[in-house]
Amino acid sequence: MLPGVTDRTVQPPGSPAALAAALEGTGYLPDEGLATAAYLALAMHRPLFLEGEAGVGKTALAHALAEITGRPLHRLQCYEGLEASQALYDWDFGRQLLHLRAAEAAHADADTESLEASLYDRRFLLARPLLRALEDSPSVLLVDEVDRADDEFEAFLLEILSDFTISIPELGTIRAQTPPLVVLTSNRTREVHDALKRRCLYHWLAHPDFDREVAILRRRLPDVTDGLARQVARATATLRTLDLLKPPGIAEAMDWATALHTLGARELDPDVAARTLGAVLKYREDTERVQALGTEALVGA
Amino acid sequence: MPERNAPGRDAVDTVLAFARTLRHAGVPASPDRVEAMLTALAHLRVLEPSDVYWAGRLTLCGGPDDLDRYDVAFAAFFSGERPRVPRATATVPPRLAASAPLDAGAGEGDDDVDVPDLAARASADEVLRHRDVAGLTPAEREHLRRLFALLVPAAPMRPARRRRPAARGAVHPGRTVRRALRDGGEITRLVHRRARPRPRRVVLLVDVSGSMTPYADALLRFAHAAVRSRPTSTEVFTVGTRLTRLTRELRRRDADRALEAGGRAIPDWSGGTRLGEVLKAFLDRWGQRGTARGAVVVVCSDGWERGDAALLGEQMARLRRLAHAVVWVNPHKGREGYEPLTGGMQAALPSVDHFVAGHSMAAFERLSEVLTRA
Repeated sequence: MLPGVTDRTVQPPGSPAALAAALEGTGYLPDEGLATAAYLALAMHRPLFLEGEAGVGKTALAHALAEITGRPLHRLQCYEGLEASQALYDWDFGRQLLHLRAAEAAHADADTESLEASLYDRRFLLARPLLRALEDSPSVLLVDEVDRADDEFEAFLLEILSDFTISIPELGTIRAQTPPLVVLTSNRTREVHDALKRRCLYHWLAHPDFDREVAILRRRLPDVTDGLARQVARATATLRTLDLLKPPGIAEAMDWATALHTLGARELDPDVAARTLGAVLKYREDTERVQALGTEALVGA
Repeated sequence: MPERNAPGRDAVDTVLAFARTLRHAGVPASPDRVEAMLTALAHLRVLEPSDVYWAGRLTLCGGPDDLDRYDVAFAAFFSGERPRVPRATATVPPRLAASAPLDAGAGEGDDDVDVPDLAARASADEVLRHRDVAGLTPAEREHLRRLFALLVPAAPMRPARRRRPAARGAVHPGRTVRRALRDGGEITRLVHRRARPRPRRVVLLVDVSGSMTPYADALLRFAHAAVRSRPTSTEVFTVGTRLTRLTRELRRRDADRALEAGGRAIPDWSGGTRLGEVLKAFLDRWGQRGTARGAVVVVCSDGWERGDAALLGEQMARLRRLAHAVVWVNPHKGREGYEPLTGGMQAALPSVDHFVAGHSMAAFERLSEVLTRA
């Protein structure tokens, strides 16, 4: 068991509404669809596949779910070239060799079978996130940005997500006592294979509406005044309608509000907005476009 | 809700009927997904409209494209109306045959099927390879269709991060030590691994506007051949007045069936062209996320832009920054004395790496070569 995790017997919420309330307790404010999705993922033991723009809170949901269920979170960040030895398990070859040498030195005529068995002992096995999530049951497994891994990797996932077991030839099959709550996220840089999606609940996360965004800003950044939070939410919503290369997500809105607060701004005026635009816009073209329109347009209305 | 509106009707029947409606609307609600929806409903309140909505949406949909269709089908089905979703046959816009010349001779073009003289046939093939597809007779089209079936566009390759066992390359510690353990702890041989190149993504953007009508079918056949040869690393979109993703339809094995499905999916056959706007839509929704990143992007169009040529130039520059290489296929380039004078073409050319013709079988073979080396 991981340090800091004490109580995993927290009863899972009995309805989507109860789950939403529990999530709100952690500072994550889900809408109805997301709460239903998370509830079903818990109740049906089905992985939750989250897609959406960057910065809408896909990864944050996994953290919030781990918090309310009292389970430890195991995170696998995907990237191109990710291999089974980094995602599932690996043998600690150095220690295995040392063990062999030590055994030779100590009692050269030991029975070979037990020596062989001791070579492939559990203590020489390095658990990577997927194996850790199964062993450390019940847990929350976050497979982040699965679209970045190459498609060969999906085959590993497929096997694990369908029966929550990992078979290690030298050791046997490792099975989770309770299937982990799996959250897969994707930014949609490529289409994930249908076979993988079919095993999951699919949810598309959109930008939050105005009221929810204000509530999230207020909740996450308690120091920011209500007036400033509203202005930032309204300006962010305006930016999203401007047809930018990268419309700002809730993460950018939070960065912006933090930047404004750090500068000591009580409210969003054109001057301070122009100076902090870098917190919310990440492309030169977008910045130029907004500057051409005038930051007054963001502040007014 | 369903049960209240139609008492006595089993929830399972309702869900099955709804799934059928959804499939007509173009969402591939497979049986295992329907089963998942029933399981999900068992955990929720079956009489609550929003619960039924989410149970279906979370289990039956597999991508953002499915969501709009799902919403329409859900509203139509559960409001008690007859599903407004048009039946598959009713949506067929101008029949493919009407706008797609290669198909026209499907029935009457069979007279040259059993020509025994192979030499004569081969030279006819050779002539046909260089003929402009716009001016072919139905029989010739039928023949060309078979030539298309033989076309296997090779994929461009890119270096990969994933390493596999190989005779040379960096040492693979895991395999080396595993072998050493087998040999009593002695490292007798080093085992190596190296990265093998992987196919680079190819994205085809095919113009299906009115001015491209004579070539659209041939281009889509080329696209089908490309998708069939590399299903996971090829994407096909049609552009006209709007953007349509055709990859899923073109994955069917049979070219004619695939093109028919494609024809049903394209709402803007032989319409106008707003290349700049549609290219922008492609880059916003797909390209920038990753579909165009590091890919070879092939734009098949004559460059007749009805909208603003400046916008097209701007979007082409954006595409150039994202893509590994940009290829422009213009069927008119094969004509003698062709100059790229149209406003759209002028705006696009500065951002194009390879400007090639696309009017005959030989031109498509040439395009294949360009793709391999891009």
